[in-house]
Amino acid sequence: MTAASLNISLSRDARPILISASFILVILIAGTFYTLSRLGTAPLLSPTYLLQQLQIGSFLGIVAAGMMIVILISQIDLSVPWTLTAAAMMATAVGGPWALPVGLGVGLLVGLVNGIGVAYLRIPSMIFTLGVNAVMRGLMVAHTGGFAPQTAATDLMRWLAADHSFGIPNALFVWLAVSALVALILRRMALGRYIYAIGNKEAAAYLAGVNTRGVIITCFVLCGIAAGLAGVLLAGYSTKAYQGMGDAYLLPSIAAVVIGGTNILGGRGRYLGTLVGVILIVLLNSVLSIMEMPEAGRQVIYGSVIILMLLVYGRGEKVTS
Amino acid sequence: MSNSTISNAPFSEPRMSGMPMPATWPRRRLGGDLLIRLRQNIGVVTAIGLFCVIYLFYHFAHPKGFSSAVFVQNADEVFTLAMVAMAQTLPVLAAGLDLSVGAVMTMVGCLASYLMSGAAQGTPIEFSFGGTSHVLAVLPGGVIGIIIGVIICFVAGTLAGFVNGCVVVYGRIQPIIATLATGAIYIGIALFLRPTPGGKIDEDLNWALTNSLQDFASTVHIFDDGNAPWFAPLGAIPVPFILIVVIALVVWVPFRRSVTGRSVYAIGSAEGAAYMSGLRIDRAKLAAFTLAGFFAGCGGLFLAIQTSSGNADIPQAGAYTLNSIAAVVIGGTSLLGGTGGAIGSIFGALILRVISFFFRIFDIAPLLQPLFEGIILLAAVSIGALRVLRVKNTLELFR
Repeated sequence: MTAASLNISLSRDARPILISASFILVILIAGTFYTLSRLGTAPLLSPTYLLQQLQIGSFLGIVAAGMMIVILISQIDLSVPWTLTAAAMMATAVGGPWALPVGLGVGLLVGLVNGIGVAYLRIPSMIFTLGVNAVMRGLMVAHTGGFAPQTAATDLMRWLAADHSFGIPNALFVWLAVSALVALILRRMALGRYIYAIGNKEAAAYLAGVNTRGVIITCFVLCGIAAGLAGVLLAGYSTKAYQGMGDAYLLPSIAAVVIGGTNILGGRGRYLGTLVGVILIVLLNSVLSIMEMPEAGRQVIYGSVIILMLLVYGRGEKVTS
Repeated sequence: MSNSTISNAPFSEPRMSGMPMPATWPRRRLGGDLLIRLRQNIGVVTAIGLFCVIYLFYHFAHPKGFSSAVFVQNADEVFTLAMVAMAQTLPVLAAGLDLSVGAVMTMVGCLASYLMSGAAQGTPIEFSFGGTSHVLAVLPGGVIGIIIGVIICFVAGTLAGFVNGCVVVYGRIQPIIATLATGAIYIGIALFLRPTPGGKIDEDLNWALTNSLQDFASTVHIFDDGNAPWFAPLGAIPVPFILIVVIALVVWVPFRRSVTGRSVYAIGSAEGAAYMSGLRIDRAKLAAFTLAGFFAGCGGLFLAIQTSSGNADIPQAGAYTLNSIAAVVIGGTSLLGGTGGAIGSIFGALILRVISFFFRIFDIAPLLQPLFEGIILLAAVSIGALRVLRVKNTLELFR
C-alpha cells in the first residue's frame, strides 16, 4: 500500500492519532540514541523506566480525560488546577475512610457549579471557570493559611498512587479504568452521542430534543471528578497536598487533548488520541529531563512540538462561517 | 448581544476613509445618535461608571486620598495590566484569544533589563555560546542608547505578535491553542535571557516614568525643571497615566477607525459574512495579533523599568494572561468577539486593581484576600448573565 492510498483509507480522526503515535516512536529512538552515545545505557527501552514514567503520566492522563469531555462540547475548564489542589487538600484534611469520597465530592461540587454557570447562566466557560478557579484558590488559602497543609495522605491514597500490583503501578490501573469509562461514554452511550452533537452545533442538538443543559452540566461534573481524582492520587503519590500542585496540569492537559486530534472547537476527536497525546507529552518531558535540558529549552521545544503537530494535521478550514 | 456591531462607528461619521460619501447623506440628530452609541457601548459605559464609583469611594476611605502620591502609586500598579488587557482585547474582538500576552510581556521585560542600563560607556550586547562569548554590538550609552533599547523592545513585542498572527492566519491553527504554544516558546526565550532575576535599569529612567509629571520634568530638565508656573497644575498627574492616554490615542483610536480595525470587529461578528463582503480577513487578523504583541511589549517594558529588573516568572506571566481576559470581559468586550474595545479593557484592568487596593485600606485579613478577589471576579463576569433573563426565544442563547 502506498502512502497516498494509506492517507485516503484513514478516516479524518485516525490520522492525528497515527502521526502522534509515530512521533512517540521518533522521541523514543532519538532519546535512546542520545543516551547510548552519552551514557552507554538505554533507559528509555527498559520497561521499569517506562512504567515509572507512565505512573507519573497517569495523573495528567486522568485530568486530560476529563478535559477532553469538556473540550468536546466546545467549552473549556480552566478551574482544573485549584479543583485538583482543593480535592487533595480536603482529602488529606478529612483523612480516614472518607478521604477518597471527599476528594471526589469536591471535584463533583466544583464541576456542578461550573456546569450551572455555563449551562444556565450562559457565561462563557473560559471566564466562568477562571473565576471559579480563583474562588477555589481563595478558599484553600483561607483554609490552609497559605502554607502546605500538615495533614498526610491516607494509606489507601498512597496504595492507589504509589504502590504496585503484579509489577505494574496501581496508578496505571486507575488511569486505565478512567479511560475505559470515558471511551465507553463517548462510543457506546447516548450521552456520548449528545456530547458530539452539542460540540458540533448546540442549537441543532437542542432542537433535536437533547437536554443540552443537563449534558453540559454532566460534562463539567465528569471533568471536575477527574480533576478531583487526579488530586487525590497526586497527594497520595507525594504523601501530602501542597499549594499550587495543580498548576502544572492545566496547559499540558489541554495540549494533550489537542495533540490527540480533538478539535479545540469541539465535536470531533477520539479518546484514543488523547491517550496518545498524554503519552507523547510525558515521554517528551522525560527525554528532555534525561538530556538535562534547561527549563528555557524545554519550553521552546514544548511549544514548537505543539505547533508542529498541529501544522501537520490540525489546520482549520480557510474561512469558518 | 447585539449583532449590529460594525455600526459602532456610525455611518454619520464624516471621516470614513476609503469610502465615497454621498452628497445627501442624512444627518441624524445628535441626541438620537448619542443614545444609539450609548446603547451599543453599554458594557464600556457600565465599566467606566463602576470604576468611577469605587475609585471615588477608595479615595474617600483612604487616609491620604486625592493626593498625588496615591495617584502615582495606583497608576504604577495599574499600567502593566492595562497594557496587557489592551493587548488581549484585539484578538478577542476578532473572536480569538491570545494566551501568550503574559509571555510576550515577560520576554520583552527580560530583554529590556539588558538594554536600559544607561551605562555611560555603552552596553555591549553579548551572546555566549559554548563557554565563549561573542560581542554582537555595543549599544551607545546615555539617552541615545535608552531610546534605541526602547525601540528594540517595541520591535521585539511587535514581532512576537506578528509570529502569533502568522501561526493563526497562515498555519490556520485555532488562536487559543496556537498562542498557548507560542507562549511557551516566548517564556522559553525569556528564561534563556534571564535564568535568574536580575538586570539593571537606568535610575533616572525609572524615576522619570514611575512618578508624577513634576518629577518627570525635573529629571529630564524641561519647563525650568518642572517649576514653570503654567506647569504647576499639571505637575501632580502621574506619568503612567499620561502614557496610557497617549498610547490609547496614538495607537488604538486610529486603528479602531481604520478599515483594518473595523474589519477586526466584522470578523468577530460574522467571519463568513466579512469574507463574503470582500474584507481582508487575513490582514485584519494579522494586524490584531501584531498590535496585541506591541501592547504586551509596552507592558513588559514598563514592568522592567518599574521593577528595575527582568524576571522570567512563569506564574506571573500566567496570572497576567488570565487577569487580562478578566479585564477584557469586565470592560464590556464580548468573548464571542465583535463588541467592545480597548478603552473598556483599560477600565476593566482599573476595576480589577482598585478592588485589590481596597484590601489595603480596609484591613481585611490577608488570608481572606484571594477569596474576596475570586468572588468579586466571579460576580463581575456573571453580570453579563443577566441577559439570560431577557431572552424570549431559547434559540437566541446559542450564540
